[in-house]
Amino acid sequence: MRSSTTDYENRGRILILIIVGVIFIFIVRLAYLQLFSEEYDKYADSNALFKKTIYPERGVIYDRNGKLMVYNQAFYDIMVTPREMQGLDTLEFCSTLKIDRAFFEKRMTDIRNRRLNPGYSSYTPQLFMSQLSVEAYGPLQEKLYRFPGFSITNRSLRRYSRPIASHALGYVAEVNRKDIEEDNYYTLGDYSGRSGIEKMYENVLRGEKGVEVLLRDVHGRIKGSYNEGKRDLPPVPGKDLTLSLDMDLQEYGEKLMENKRGAIVAIEPKTGEILAYVSAPSYDPSLLVGSTWVQHYMELESSPHKIFLNRPIQSFYPPGSTIKPAQGLIFLQENIISPSTKFACYGGYFFARQKLGCHSHPSPLNLLDAISASCNAYFAAAYRSMIDHPQYSSVQEAYEHWRRLICSMGFGSRLGVDLPYEQSGLIPTTDYYNGIYGQRGWRGATIISNGIGQGEVLATPLQMANYCAVICNKGWYITPHIVRQVHGMEADTSTIKKHVSGIDPEHFEPIIEGMRGAVTSPMGTSKGVSIPGIEVCGKTGTAENPGVDHSIFICFAPKDDPQICMLVFIENGGFGATWAVPMASLMLEKYLKGSIAPGRKWMETRLLNANLMNVELKD
Amino acid sequence: MNSKINPISLWKAVDIQTIVIYLFLVIVGWLTVFSASYNYDSAVLFDLNSTAGKQLIWIAVSLVTAFFILLIDAKFYYYLSYNGYIIVMFLLLLTLLIAPEIKGSRSWLVFGPFSIQPAEFAKFITALTLARYLSDYGFNTRHPGSIAILFALLLIPMGLIFLQKESGTALVFLAFLLVFFREGMSGVLLFAGACFLSYFVLGLRFGEQTLWEHTSLGNFSVLLLIALVVSGLLLRYHKKDNKAWLVVLLGNVLPVMAALIWNRFTKWGFDIALLQLALLGLSVVYALYQSIRHNSRNPALIALFAVLSVAFLYGIDYTFDRVLQPHQQTRILVLLGTMDDPSGVGYNINQAKISIGSGGFWGKGFLNGTQTKLKYVPEQDTDFIFCTIGEEFGFAGSVFLLLVYGYLLVRLIFMADRQHFAFARIYGYCVASLLFVHLLVNVGMVLGLMPVIGIPLPFLSYGGSALLGFTILLFIFLRLDADNMRRH
Repeated sequence: MRSSTTDYENRGRILILIIVGVIFIFIVRLAYLQLFSEEYDKYADSNALFKKTIYPERGVIYDRNGKLMVYNQAFYDIMVTPREMQGLDTLEFCSTLKIDRAFFEKRMTDIRNRRLNPGYSSYTPQLFMSQLSVEAYGPLQEKLYRFPGFSITNRSLRRYSRPIASHALGYVAEVNRKDIEEDNYYTLGDYSGRSGIEKMYENVLRGEKGVEVLLRDVHGRIKGSYNEGKRDLPPVPGKDLTLSLDMDLQEYGEKLMENKRGAIVAIEPKTGEILAYVSAPSYDPSLLVGSTWVQHYMELESSPHKIFLNRPIQSFYPPGSTIKPAQGLIFLQENIISPSTKFACYGGYFFARQKLGCHSHPSPLNLLDAISASCNAYFAAAYRSMIDHPQYSSVQEAYEHWRRLICSMGFGSRLGVDLPYEQSGLIPTTDYYNGIYGQRGWRGATIISNGIGQGEVLATPLQMANYCAVICNKGWYITPHIVRQVHGMEADTSTIKKHVSGIDPEHFEPIIEGMRGAVTSPMGTSKGVSIPGIEVCGKTGTAENPGVDHSIFICFAPKDDPQICMLVFIENGGFGATWAVPMASLMLEKYLKGSIAPGRKWMETRLLNANLMNVELKD
Repeated sequence: MNSKINPISLWKAVDIQTIVIYLFLVIVGWLTVFSASYNYDSAVLFDLNSTAGKQLIWIAVSLVTAFFILLIDAKFYYYLSYNGYIIVMFLLLLTLLIAPEIKGSRSWLVFGPFSIQPAEFAKFITALTLARYLSDYGFNTRHPGSIAILFALLLIPMGLIFLQKESGTALVFLAFLLVFFREGMSGVLLFAGACFLSYFVLGLRFGEQTLWEHTSLGNFSVLLLIALVVSGLLLRYHKKDNKAWLVVLLGNVLPVMAALIWNRFTKWGFDIALLQLALLGLSVVYALYQSIRHNSRNPALIALFAVLSVAFLYGIDYTFDRVLQPHQQTRILVLLGTMDDPSGVGYNINQAKISIGSGGFWGKGFLNGTQTKLKYVPEQDTDFIFCTIGEEFGFAGSVFLLLVYGYLLVRLIFMADRQHFAFARIYGYCVASLLFVHLLVNVGMVLGLMPVIGIPLPFLSYGGSALLGFTILLFIFLRLDADNMRRH
């Protein structure tokens, strides 16, 4: 049994070679995996690390006086991971939460029901109860360690100190797929502003999400913080906003507009800041908060009164007689008339075998009085005379001049207010009329209705209030805006600008006087707006409408150095003087004086009791 | 055996290096097992109910056993072999019949809280048996009857274990083929095995791809390989100065190159594999002619080899689809990269690679492996234990461990070669080969170089029977070697 060592000893060497070779290959492979491939690190990370998003506080919203309008409240959701529920003392849990056993059982059954809860997995947290209030949260949080499988996540929901300004403020709800595609800041389940200020200033209000890096095992259970939190990123809270709205004025306006349809827009002329933004009918913004918002939304949307229509910027009407001051300015600027020019009115204006009606007043009137008395004949005649005026080479050129000037006062295009979905109104182009009538087919008489604010001209309530500001400032306006300031950010001068109209300042004098006369003069149509001790100027309007006409009124006060200009628009309100004027009067008084004088309380009561919602339908 | 044993103390003669390495591996294994089963919640090192605790018990049992093994005279092992073999085969049979089915296989005998795997004991007993058989009677490698019995001794435990559905453990027994090779078995078997493995891999890996639409890349590469191997064999094993090899080489390669160019640049493409087959056919005929002409057997054998190779190539598909089980097919395809199996077997491999790969140079530190601790790697305290080392000790640690293993294996071979008695030498080679194949497959699998075959890493993986089995395997040889040292 001696071993034959030499015969095959070489083979032993071959085996050694094989062993060394294999080990060498392994070392090379290890080098590849561990030293030269970075991806494994990343995969390991994505395996084991769970990046928990920490949501920042959404910015709060104040009114112009620093009063809180919109803020956040924490609500708590109770989550349960069914697989980890062993050893739960159900009795104690229920008593801490103040629910009964039956409710608990039913909840667990519902959670496990895949038809009700399609995403169910016993390994991942499921919603047990949502929107727990702070009061209930406290005792549960203390004892949470005793209830295996249960955890609490917190959510922040919007709260409103008063149920007002819902159209201006907008609402916050979950993002949809399109939002996620467009901005990858969002993930499923995030919230963002859907309308109004919440939407327009979303990027500022939402802050920046933070990240907490946690360790997670293969079953998805969280096992603690990674690297002692060194890779965590704290969230950046959203920036707060100060609005230009005056909360008391806004609330008052909404109260007056109850049971009516229409809009009120009040602007501070020198700054373009919107003091009140009322769209009626309105709704309580809290209805669109939290888990029931969809249901409420559907209910509100189904109303025939178009609750969600943001009337100040989304509805447009023929401005009616309220346009006359603007017309006057244009005629003066273009030298069509002078302040003393008079036109006769025979209870109407007769031209080309047609009559344009007017109400009764002395005749003839000069510009100033024509405004006060709101004479249709005057402005129809002047308009026609402008369009057909020989100083222009053609009707088209005349119209262009008119159009340019009227647009410079803010009509015909979006003003650029900081709210979404603004409409631009309509001032037709020459091409438009050329298209309908042919190049030579129209003249002053054809489009004469434009002269008195009917016809094809359409304006939004905001545009009307804004043009009132132009009058206040004698020739210019600042882009109207609702947000006065974003805390911590410089004012954005690119969007809020001074716009100078094409009308020279000296032409405003007679116009303003005319508007004052509307209040003071015996033939004035706006007498009802008068407030003791304050010089108010105004212009009524009635927008024609199948059914009952709409009631419009623009005004400002005080006459010298106006602090506030306003547009009040009431659908189916009849003559401007009936409803719009007293409403404006009360609003002005509220703003300028702080409260309504006892002697005028009756006006308030009358307005509060008025219900104009169904007027249209009755006719 | 007439031998004069030097009365020098046994303890001075025992190979101290091997014992040190053994202890090192066992301790590292224990710590790694601890880390792999480490819970964030419970950090008790010596809890006897935990995995690490149980491993400690088995370590203690193994050390005691090792101690006694060293004390027992070498002759005992010699005489133990055949009888022990029969007993263990019986145990394997018993296991097959009464063992509970765990994870699809019946391989454990359960006694209360402890269970043993007879398959682990079959390893060393088969080694002893083969060593004895090969060293007895001046065994003749050319006698077919002896070879038949030899293979039977190998195949019986393989078969029984295979029937237990532990195909991985059964395959490990192929390690003994290396021993046969060392002891004079023709290398042809090994060489053929390597060739066939290459055909298999190439054929599967590239079977679906084509060269310019007409030729399967798999077939093409394998046929080319066969042609090269044949010419190589002719060069090596046919008469010197005979240029037959060159004829075959050029005859196969040049037309094929022309065909490649033809296919690439003209629009009359054809399946080049057909051409290759024709050329190989001619080569076979030519080789037979050489055989007759020079009255030599070799070319004919080479021709036979060529024919078998081609048959094998075209039989791969059949083998793959009909013979292999689905999960085995999946494992192979995943390994070759033709199949992604992210939630099944591929998951294991992916997680293993991720785990190791994230270790970097120095590793994440003991007990800091995130993939390990958070249980991303399945079976991480048994088959995938190397992952933990890779993740926690990084490149430095992994390479060091591999080098320690490598040194152990080489040392064992060195020790085997210095044995006076064939029995001891052969047994030593058995130990080295067995350990080597375990290392090869286990670490290879973890690194993504071999298909997933569940076998432990010796001394490191958690598992009492395995640890005890390997300990016995190793220490028997240490005793044999100690006796050897004392004889001089």
